[in-house]
Amino acid sequence: MKTKAIKKRAPRPAKLWQLRLYVMDQTPRSVTALTNLKKVCERQLKGLYRITVIDLLKNPQLAKGDQILAVPTVVRKLPAPVRTIIGDLSDTEHLLVGLDLRADD
Amino acid sequence: MKKNGQPRTSPITLLPKCPTGIQGLDEITGGGLPRGRPTLICGGAGCGKTLFGAEFLVRGAVQFDEPGVLMAFEETEKELTANVASLGFDLAGLVRRKMIVVDYVHIEPGDTQQSGDYDLEGLFVRLGHAIDSIGAKRVVLDTLEVLFASLPNEAILRSELRRLFRWLKEKGVTAVITAERGRESLTRHGLEEYVSDCVILLDHRVNDQIATRHLRVVKYRGALHGTNEFPFLIGEEGLSVLPITSLALNHKVSNERIATGIPRLDAMLGGRGFFRGSSILLSGTAGTGKTIISSNFAQAAGRRGERTLFFSFEESPNQIIRNMHSIGLRLEPLVKKGLLRFHSQRPSLYGLEMHLATMFKEIAAFKPQVVIVDPITSLMDLGTVSEGKGMVTRLIDYLKAGQVTTLFTSLTQGGHALQQSEAGMSSLMDAWLLLQDFEGNGERNRVLYVLKARGMKHSNQIREFLISDHGIDVVDAYIGASGVLTGSARVAQSDLEKAAMLASQQEAAMLEREVERKRKALERQISDLRSDYEGEALELRRIAEQVGTRTLLLGTERAASGLLRQADIKVGPVARDKPRTGKRN
Repeated sequence: MKTKAIKKRAPRPAKLWQLRLYVMDQTPRSVTALTNLKKVCERQLKGLYRITVIDLLKNPQLAKGDQILAVPTVVRKLPAPVRTIIGDLSDTEHLLVGLDLRADD
Repeated sequence: MKKNGQPRTSPITLLPKCPTGIQGLDEITGGGLPRGRPTLICGGAGCGKTLFGAEFLVRGAVQFDEPGVLMAFEETEKELTANVASLGFDLAGLVRRKMIVVDYVHIEPGDTQQSGDYDLEGLFVRLGHAIDSIGAKRVVLDTLEVLFASLPNEAILRSELRRLFRWLKEKGVTAVITAERGRESLTRHGLEEYVSDCVILLDHRVNDQIATRHLRVVKYRGALHGTNEFPFLIGEEGLSVLPITSLALNHKVSNERIATGIPRLDAMLGGRGFFRGSSILLSGTAGTGKTIISSNFAQAAGRRGERTLFFSFEESPNQIIRNMHSIGLRLEPLVKKGLLRFHSQRPSLYGLEMHLATMFKEIAAFKPQVVIVDPITSLMDLGTVSEGKGMVTRLIDYLKAGQVTTLFTSLTQGGHALQQSEAGMSSLMDAWLLLQDFEGNGERNRVLYVLKARGMKHSNQIREFLISDHGIDVVDAYIGASGVLTGSARVAQSDLEKAAMLASQQEAAMLEREVERKRKALERQISDLRSDYEGEALELRRIAEQVGTRTLLLGTERAASGLLRQADIKVGPVARDKPRTGKRN
């Protein structure tokens, strides 16, 4: 999967970020979370990330895979290791810590 | 008021219950857990919380056709399946048949960052999805408190949990939530605040090196429940709670009497033996013959075609069979015919509750009419006095409900403590036989007496019983001015009595002979007297005759002398010779 992603997009051999955002329905909180996540990614990882939004209302069985309890939850699938951040991501500081992006800052 | 025959239907509908199927628990709670509401199970590590939850689901699926969801936060599905398999639960099979869904929720503690507010919709969705996928009626959350360790922001978590319990109620599922016991509160994180309908506390403590599990219904809103601590155990078939005190005294009673196998003992009990379904205590010091009397009882049951279950805590079956053989009691044919089964175990093998559960299982499997526990005292030594008594109560009640006659033997320490030490147990017994040793005369003899026998006439006598090659022989002990005599003293006493009898018989015979002799002497005297009398009477007659003759003669002589005076010469010789002439003629 990694190699495939690199082949497909790779402008440079840098790491491609795969992020999954689990939400429940199109609630204001879900929308806020997505907006916040996009904002941070655009600033820090422009062109190097991909966000998949999973609505648990439509696909409840997918909650099991990433052990989702809280929503919204962001799961950083790549780069390893997997990291999880819960909440509407309004706290940018904590989001950066959670995504391990502070070092790059 | 007038319509007494038609009871008014109560306007208050009773709280619907959801039977757990766990042995004894439904009895305590009056039918099970509150249906459609969450129940909190709390307790320390290793007290059986997870097992409680698993059994609740498995029994629900198997016995009550209610599918269930197990949301496990601590153990994976594989681990759970393996753990409950040892109790005979086929979790994997039930999962395959879509009766149970196991959802393992795993969150690495401290691995999650929080950024802003969140809610637990993910958990709700997962649970809701699992419930809907099989139409679950039961839900177990084990252990929800893991969330406190892995999710940040306790305030959000608490409000979400509150919402979760409300949501579960709305879903109408009967939920079991397990929680770790806290130091000062029931649960470590105060979950009891949210689950207010039913709280059950499990406990595991060690007394005297023997671990005992206890269960207590702390709270059960809207229902009567037993508030005591009940011992429970995790056996081969899951949990079983032993409600000692919840049993009511309403056994059926039988008027049928059954023989003890010792005719003379039956005679002491009003001639017909014990009541069927009664509990009998046979107590005595070591070597007084308790096992022998028990074996006789078993044999008598076998002769009637009844099954006997013999719980032996001291001897192995083969040993009992061999020993009984030596007194002419053959038990092995009964064993072969399936009328007698031995169950031998060392008392120290496990705790009181486990023993009790094992005994229940054996009794349920063998369905005996007679149960012998030899000796009950070695079992009672395992727990405290009250625990022991509770166990015996439970056992007796269980057996009485099935009209099983039970013979308990009790090993006593001898001396005066004999009756005191069993005061607690004896009140539970319908009949009490006491076996005792009598020492004296350089020998030890066994005596037996009936201390009590409810509902029947019984002998107040002390009997001696002898054990010989052909079994037990109960004989009258000699009771006299010098006390109770047994053994050779009794034999000597009866010899003495025999000798005394012989002597008096001889005396009588002698007296009779004497009387006879006297009678004969008397008769002889009488006949002597009579012959004397007769002699004298004869004499008298003779004299009288003589007198007559002499008078006549006198007259004649006078005439003759007159003649003589007239003619001396002519008539003289004639007159003198008169008698002579008569003789000559």
